[in-house]
Amino acid sequence: MARSNSMQLKMLTTVAAWSIGLMIFFPILWTILTSFKTEAQAIASPPLFLNFDWTLENYQVVQERSNYMRFLWNSVFIAGGSTLLGVLIAVPAAWSMAFVPSKRTKDILLWMLSTKMLPAVGVLYPLYLIFIELGVLDTRLGLIVVLMLINLPIIVWMLYTYFKEIPGEILEAARMDGATLKSEIFYVLMPMAVPGIASTILLNVILAWNEAFWTLNLTAAKAAPLTAFIASYSSPEGLFYAKLSAASTMAIAPILILGWFSQKQLVRGLTFGAVK
Amino acid sequence: MGRIVLDQVNKSFDGVEVIPPLDLTIEDGEFTVFVGPSGCGKSTLLRLIAGLEDVTGGQIHIDGKDSTQLAPAKRKLAMVFQSYALYPHMSVRNNIAFPLKMAKLGRDKINSKVMAAAEVLNLTDYLERRPGLLSGGQRQRVAIGRAIVREPKAFLFDEPLSNLDAALRVEMRLEIGELHKRLATTMVYVTHDQVEAMTMADRIVVLKAGNIEQVGSPLELYSKPKNVFVAGFIGSPSMNLLEGPEAVKLGAKTIGIRPEHLSISDQEGVWSGIIGVSEHLGSDTFFHVKCDAFPEPITVRASGEVSLHYGEKVFLTPNHAHLHLFSDDGLRIA
Repeated sequence: MARSNSMQLKMLTTVAAWSIGLMIFFPILWTILTSFKTEAQAIASPPLFLNFDWTLENYQVVQERSNYMRFLWNSVFIAGGSTLLGVLIAVPAAWSMAFVPSKRTKDILLWMLSTKMLPAVGVLYPLYLIFIELGVLDTRLGLIVVLMLINLPIIVWMLYTYFKEIPGEILEAARMDGATLKSEIFYVLMPMAVPGIASTILLNVILAWNEAFWTLNLTAAKAAPLTAFIASYSSPEGLFYAKLSAASTMAIAPILILGWFSQKQLVRGLTFGAVK
Repeated sequence: MGRIVLDQVNKSFDGVEVIPPLDLTIEDGEFTVFVGPSGCGKSTLLRLIAGLEDVTGGQIHIDGKDSTQLAPAKRKLAMVFQSYALYPHMSVRNNIAFPLKMAKLGRDKINSKVMAAAEVLNLTDYLERRPGLLSGGQRQRVAIGRAIVREPKAFLFDEPLSNLDAALRVEMRLEIGELHKRLATTMVYVTHDQVEAMTMADRIVVLKAGNIEQVGSPLELYSKPKNVFVAGFIGSPSMNLLEGPEAVKLGAKTIGIRPEHLSISDQEGVWSGIIGVSEHLGSDTFFHVKCDAFPEPITVRASGEVSLHYGEKVFLTPNHAHLHLFSDDGLRIA
């Protein structure tokens, strides 16, 4: 009796999980499908699912009209640069919080996280002015710094959680063995935290890649990443759903592929320490 | 050379004093054991010497040099941890070589030193393995190897054998003893196991609540414990500490008598009692006897196999030459 019950429960949860998964994935699937439709088919009612004339025309138009590679390169540069810079700053910060905590460490961690609750638009105006003042508006450097600052709390939190799992005695052993702080972090701490650092980097590349608010507001042409590339297909020429979908698909494809291949690492990293 | 002098060293955590100011000199080449119940501050004291904790007050001199503010790496001491604390991502070879790499020695020199240490510790066949693939005893040997290649002024051991099973513990105890004889380097060893302390130490420091209760050779502590705490802590099974009118008769608050200094007989003796549980070890038999004169049961050791049974009436006679007398404040009178 108990056995058949648990079987039923298993089936039920499996069906539920797949349904939720499909629901989440559906908009992406729809975007990809629409990108292969003609503009007329894209807005057909009732909507066409698979029974339409597949075409690559939208991709051709998008390719001709804008320089995809330039946007892609900006995205890679900004997402990669902000993550790398963030990790460089966060490793020592997380080290000190994990291994030489003070009475205020927990408060600082919470305060850092609380900055994520700040509505971004609240600081847009001052930040915009600062960017003009410093001459970094519409530059990759400016965006790298802003995205790094925005994601820094998450990077520090994640690294802190991983570092906490590393026995302090091993670092003390390194200290006794004559390691300087730098050697301790580079030769002992970081190699032991590789899985954690890798997941942190992955998640932050994804977050930075998908970030739209700041990238749209602080760039114009030169430093515009793929988010701006998508946006450029949305409004001015009316609603060309098929072309917008083609642009979106091109923009999300790299990060989708990266996420697909690293999903195991990501899940492992995100649940690290939760299950022992 | 490795003479360590603690001068009024004390330590507080968040205003709570865990080690009141204490003085202690560890002579060069000596095997000193810090022993005491858990929470007595013995590990903290070791970590203060190592430099892994900062002293709250006082000074630490290593070889005549004030090392109180020196970083752990600069004190030229090596430490072996209870958890081994090996680098899990490095091979045994790299684990042992790590301190030498940090000291920026040449590759050839590092190799020869690692090989020499591996030979001494029977690790030659395991050099390319990761620590995760080694047994507990082998891991502890790697940790010791990592310590000896540095040729430190002193070795600090923090309960290095508590994670090993009983048989291995005895084996490693002998190995560490052997190592000390061969290297003749100062060793400071922390344990809560008084058997380890008795068997390995040149000198034992008994600690309780951060205070040094007594310092002396194992036999000194055994035969002339300064107070009731040391008397009860050193020796296994522990000394019988008895109170009551019998003690007052001898002019003491507490009298102490070790199990081997009592004779047991079913015919005659000073104190009469009834046999409770007995433990037969083959070489010895321990009887727990409930005497009329004392509230607590008394442990008696009889050599060899003695057939006395549960509930039998017996008589105990203490050997007066080995009777310890303690005053009201727990200090030794005689």
